[in-house]
Amino acid sequence: MGAAPRITIVGASLAGLRTAEAVLALLPEARVTLIGDEASVPYNRPPLSKDVPQALAQGAAEAAQFARLVLRSKIPEGAVQMRLGQAAVSVGPGGVRLADDTLVPGDWIVAASGLRPRRLALPGAEAHRHVLRSFDDAVRLARDLRPGARMVVVGGGFIGCEIAATARKLGLHVTLVEPAPHPMQRALGPRVAGAMAALHRAHGVVVVTGRSVAGLTLEHVILDDGQALEAEVIVEALGSHPNVEWLAGSGADLSDGVLVDDQMRAIGASRILAVGDLARFANPLFDAVPRRVEHWCVPGQTARRAAETIAAQEMGHIPTAGFAPMPSFWSDQHGLRLQAFGAPALADATRVVEGDLTQIGHHPIIVEYLRDGLPVGVLGLGANPAALAAHRARLDAALSTSVAC
Amino acid sequence: MKVDVDMSICLLHGQCVIAAPAVFSFDDAGGLVWLSDVDEGLRGDVEAAADACPEQAIVIG
Repeated sequence: MGAAPRITIVGASLAGLRTAEAVLALLPEARVTLIGDEASVPYNRPPLSKDVPQALAQGAAEAAQFARLVLRSKIPEGAVQMRLGQAAVSVGPGGVRLADDTLVPGDWIVAASGLRPRRLALPGAEAHRHVLRSFDDAVRLARDLRPGARMVVVGGGFIGCEIAATARKLGLHVTLVEPAPHPMQRALGPRVAGAMAALHRAHGVVVVTGRSVAGLTLEHVILDDGQALEAEVIVEALGSHPNVEWLAGSGADLSDGVLVDDQMRAIGASRILAVGDLARFANPLFDAVPRRVEHWCVPGQTARRAAETIAAQEMGHIPTAGFAPMPSFWSDQHGLRLQAFGAPALADATRVVEGDLTQIGHHPIIVEYLRDGLPVGVLGLGANPAALAAHRARLDAALSTSVAC
Repeated sequence: MKVDVDMSICLLHGQCVIAAPAVFSFDDAGGLVWLSDVDEGLRGDVEAAADACPEQAIVIG
């Protein structure tokens, strides 16, 4: 073995941090550099659509709110070189080129550069348009969360729905605009998404579906049917773009994130790996279709896998076969906890196994998701964790049988 | 190894129950219960549980 390998990680959020930790656990001599475009140390993002803007809007100190988001790290002081506040602009045989034109060499490059919010391709109302990805975005949004203000949330995915719920709690008038028949329909299926729409309406959110935004003025959001919604605050919650521009020309398939094999190696660029929201990989629990997965648990799972790959190659081992992580995600809206395991989005049918969807928010509900008659996911809506755990264990067993086939 | 959970920040996501089922579980009422004194052989599982906790509520002593 030659000199200690240089592992250069682009992206200093959850996926990048966990990769650095996992690499050092397996290869303590590795020289690890963590590059991040944000100036701050790695922090946790889920509370940014929920309790953080609420606390800030109610007068909590920014520094204290940020401090509780900072991710605990197992990295010993000084073991990783941090290059924060520097975006990567390109990658080549010499390493990763940064915005300040310095070159960071790397024997292995790990792409952990994540996503950025999609924007409405419309001019107007710039001063009160918001997106939510970073802590700074949450700080800026919180300043506009005044009781009685009129907010329009454009996009009914999880982030949009969580922001709508947070804003209602703070006493804003909220309208949610979603082109599909229900908010969160792609993730949860039409029956559950319909019940969630009812929950939002019961909490005072005006849910407008089947419509998209055609224009923005200083005081209104104009829909494609001509309807004008009063808006002092506009939130664009339209999903995300992968941050892959710096990988152009590397040989990697960048058609949606970074296409990787089951060892997190970019197809077409053997010294580049991808982790977290960017990684598009097939999960044999379900099928052979590579997908990006924007769940909180994916960064940790893919980071460990990428580190195993690097360590195995450095030590001349063959990495263990197969990568089949169990997906899991959650959301909190209007005091209701949604907790899912598996891949509800892949289902073609649902079966309510506990409770009643018309009682959403009042009684616990557990829904099983099926594809071709076989379970692919389970979702709890205000469900007892112990009851849900039993269903998850059943799902585990069913899905691992399908892998073995 | 000592294990503790800061119940003032735990939101019962249950990721620890998946990562380290020998250490963390839910009781019938849905509350989180855990072993506070854990064999060193389970350190890997407990560390995985701490990493998987979205609230970073697990403290390993």
